[in-house]
Amino acid sequence: MRIAVLSGKGGTGKTTVAASLTSVGICQYVDCDVEEPNGAIFLKPRLTSSTPVTVAVPAVDLSRCDGCGRCAEACQFHAISVVKGTVLLFPELCHHCGACGIACPRDAVSETGREIGVIEADPDGFFIQGRLHIGEPVTIPVIQALKKRIREDVPVILDCPPGASCAVVASIRDCDYCVLVTEPTPFGLHDLKVAVGLVQQMNIPFGVVVNKAMNGDQRIQDYCMENGITVLMEIPFSREIAEGYARGMLPIQAGGEWRDRFLSLYKAIGGGNVR
Amino acid sequence: MKIAVSAEGDTLTSIMDMRFGRAPYFIMIDTDTGEYEAVDNGAAQSSGGAGIAAAQMLVDKGIKILITGNVGPNAMKVLTAGDIPVYGGRQSTVRENMEAYNTGLLEKIDTTVPAHFGLGGQGRR
Repeated sequence: MRIAVLSGKGGTGKTTVAASLTSVGICQYVDCDVEEPNGAIFLKPRLTSSTPVTVAVPAVDLSRCDGCGRCAEACQFHAISVVKGTVLLFPELCHHCGACGIACPRDAVSETGREIGVIEADPDGFFIQGRLHIGEPVTIPVIQALKKRIREDVPVILDCPPGASCAVVASIRDCDYCVLVTEPTPFGLHDLKVAVGLVQQMNIPFGVVVNKAMNGDQRIQDYCMENGITVLMEIPFSREIAEGYARGMLPIQAGGEWRDRFLSLYKAIGGGNVR
Repeated sequence: MKIAVSAEGDTLTSIMDMRFGRAPYFIMIDTDTGEYEAVDNGAAQSSGGAGIAAAQMLVDKGIKILITGNVGPNAMKVLTAGDIPVYGGRQSTVRENMEAYNTGLLEKIDTTVPAHFGLGGQGRR
């Protein structure tokens, strides 16, 4: 059972919900937000391993290269330039498609590994996170490497990046259920609709958690009701929760009510055995 | 000798574009004949590497001098390899920049602006 937590809008509480579910369940936590993995702040794992993630970038054998420029023409990402017979490589622009090697008539282009990030894990692999190196533009290879280390023997909670673009698609692909976390603001509702469109197109069952809920504002609940979408939980706009969050504490660490409520949610969405 | 000027439009009276890779046009002027052509900068629409592609095109077109506003680090590598010196133009028309170059008023630039500078709506003024 793979449960993805996503949101569309950033800052709605994805990590709060994902880490809370992880705390009540017997499951693996996978931080797919590789640009800014922060579930570790709440879950405090002992990260003991760090494995490089590399991508294939071109290397040119100058003894074979005659400067014809076919590789530069083939590259859709402008990662190679051939100027007056000299090959200039811009590896950070490379999308690892291999077209340059196919285009080369003299077999001068080979592939070499370039590290773009790491996978960090605790000793038993119940907590894993991807971490993209600073300045790297392409997240997908790190997410794919992370997902190769998903455990099959326990349920898995995937904490996704914000947005609804490629990185999120790569994160939620092959997941059995999606928890969409949002907040009652115009931005929260707008981005929720984008996220709903995404999970519907990918045919993944889903439900909504309304974070920072306020009595006077029912825009999320109204939208969900109109569209037959399940509201799984409402977390109130609460100073107590916000203060705990600022100290790196989850709502469930504050008291009994929240632990029970996340236990119920975990069971409701099919998480299985609980702590 | 062919000189290229980054431009917002496709004539000699168009304003020089302060951006290099994201400029919509390059006006290419043949100083021997006085003729010019406006070349659509297809690289302007690239998601990345626009400066590299634009510089590659100038090299392939046999340009010897570039007049523009700001050049990023990757584009500068390509221009340097292609032996195309870059002169810092002013925010006026292509023709006025050509005249300024011909009278020695434009300075050669070797410094670059940070990557993606031309996407930020800023520019050297």
